[in-house]
Amino acid sequence: MARLTILEHREIADNMRWLLFEAPKDLQYQPGQFLHIRVTDGVDHLLRRPISLCKVDGGRKALGVAYRVGGKGTKLLAGKNVGDTLDVLGPLGKGFKLHEGDRHAILVGGGIGVPPMVELADQLHRNGVKVTAIVGFQSKSVAILIDDLKQYGDVLVSTNDGSLGRQGFVTDYMTDELLASADRFYACGPTPMLRAVQAKMEGRVAGYLSLEERMGCGIGACMACVTSCRLADGSIGYKKVCKDGPVFPAPEVYFA
Amino acid sequence: MIDLSVNIGSLKLKNPVMPASGCFSFGKEYADFYDLSQLGAIVVKATTLEPRLGNPTPRVAETPGGMLNAIGLQNPGVEKVIAEELPHLRKYDIPVIVNVAGTTVEDYVAVTERLMDSEDVDAIEVNISCPNVKCGGIQFGTDPAQAAHVTESIKKVSKVPVIVKLSPNVTDIVSMAKAVEAAGADAISMINTLVGMSIDLNRKKPLIANGVGGLSGPAVKPVAVRMTYQVAQAIQIPIIGMGGIMDGEDAIEFLMAGAAAVAVGTANFVNPLACPEIIDGIRQYCEQNGVASVSDLTGVAWK
Repeated sequence: MARLTILEHREIADNMRWLLFEAPKDLQYQPGQFLHIRVTDGVDHLLRRPISLCKVDGGRKALGVAYRVGGKGTKLLAGKNVGDTLDVLGPLGKGFKLHEGDRHAILVGGGIGVPPMVELADQLHRNGVKVTAIVGFQSKSVAILIDDLKQYGDVLVSTNDGSLGRQGFVTDYMTDELLASADRFYACGPTPMLRAVQAKMEGRVAGYLSLEERMGCGIGACMACVTSCRLADGSIGYKKVCKDGPVFPAPEVYFA
Repeated sequence: MIDLSVNIGSLKLKNPVMPASGCFSFGKEYADFYDLSQLGAIVVKATTLEPRLGNPTPRVAETPGGMLNAIGLQNPGVEKVIAEELPHLRKYDIPVIVNVAGTTVEDYVAVTERLMDSEDVDAIEVNISCPNVKCGGIQFGTDPAQAAHVTESIKKVSKVPVIVKLSPNVTDIVSMAKAVEAAGADAISMINTLVGMSIDLNRKKPLIANGVGGLSGPAVKPVAVRMTYQVAQAIQIPIIGMGGIMDGEDAIEFLMAGAAAVAVGTANFVNPLACPEIIDGIRQYCEQNGVASVSDLTGVAWK
């Protein structure tokens, strides 16, 4: 837990904002982990907001997140200025695992699930893994981080309304040829997208899904953010998104 | 040197602060942040006879000055709690209070009997006030006769102090407190959460999957302080006061209202270091106000 100073804070698309913090001392992190951020001091908005880590600079001096301004809490967050400090816990949770020997990875991001793909793409790229990022948005006005991802590999874009890239869904890009060439996939986005990606990849490409759930503590104590998973014994049971995830091996995630 | 120690029945606490049941799991997560030996006691998550999966999600929602939760008593069942969750707490120099929940009186008795086989249980907290399960004890928490019956039944099998946790969702909490005191309770903890609801404007449905949830946090503090103030004057057994305590001054309010000790719930979710910071805050208050012993503060608001 630390009070981190805001270095940059700006709109990057409609209701989408980029927030860069000065990094805490001795920063340890994995792509896919999240920061648990208090949007204000005082007791009006008590609970922290979990926001995925998007990018850490090379010298570990700054860490950035991108978030969507939705409810009252994120509106308050949007009002914070460069130089202000925020109470930040983390990075928390289990992030994306990189595998030695992988040569080609497919990264799938939907909407506000795109941000964690940036740090992941950077790390894969540095490890010599070819990156194909497939990102989907409602429309061009809310598309984010496409140029950031292009630094690390190919980026394929789809929008629901066709205003940017191909009209349709991220899965439309997942041809047999592409899947045959990939060693791994990593996905983060809305549940319908994750369900479709899981089904598409099953038995073909091994990979990971990053989940979202309303959280309380963020450290595994309150049991608020559970999700249904296939447990080791084959039964269906709950795991905690904040502590056991947010990233899970794709076959573990059970969509009812 | 300020004396922060307090007694809850035969339990000796080095200070009056403990986490509230359900807000601290079984302690492991918070042990990553500080040495749990700093606490006055630890109260672990509600334990039932059989494992419980709990409610579907969403299980929490933020509300002005607080939050709603409807976890639904998710726990691995008493056998696993005894085997896997309690032993690690022995390495801390603090009493371990196990919260017990059930559907029938027989459930409560069976869980308590089983816990008596463990050497890792220093007190039982009887949960007759969880608002989030259809038959999870709340029926015992709203009727004085039933509350007395379950208390009496547990007292018969318990070898450790029995603390009964009261619900605020009643017309007359004083009569509830008197009933459990007469039935032999060694202490009372209060209050559990207030039943509440939020509506999701997009889905036009209750935000929490369970529909209703338990309201906690600073929003409930005035209700909790008032109830503590009323109950403390009507009974002789000690009270563990709780409801929206965020800092040392909030804790002092509960002590002045008549609590002997306090429990900290929601604050742990906001700030993992809440409990040790509240202990420091109480110490500071005592130093600045010439209070030699924290137990001298209990009930000063009406004495």
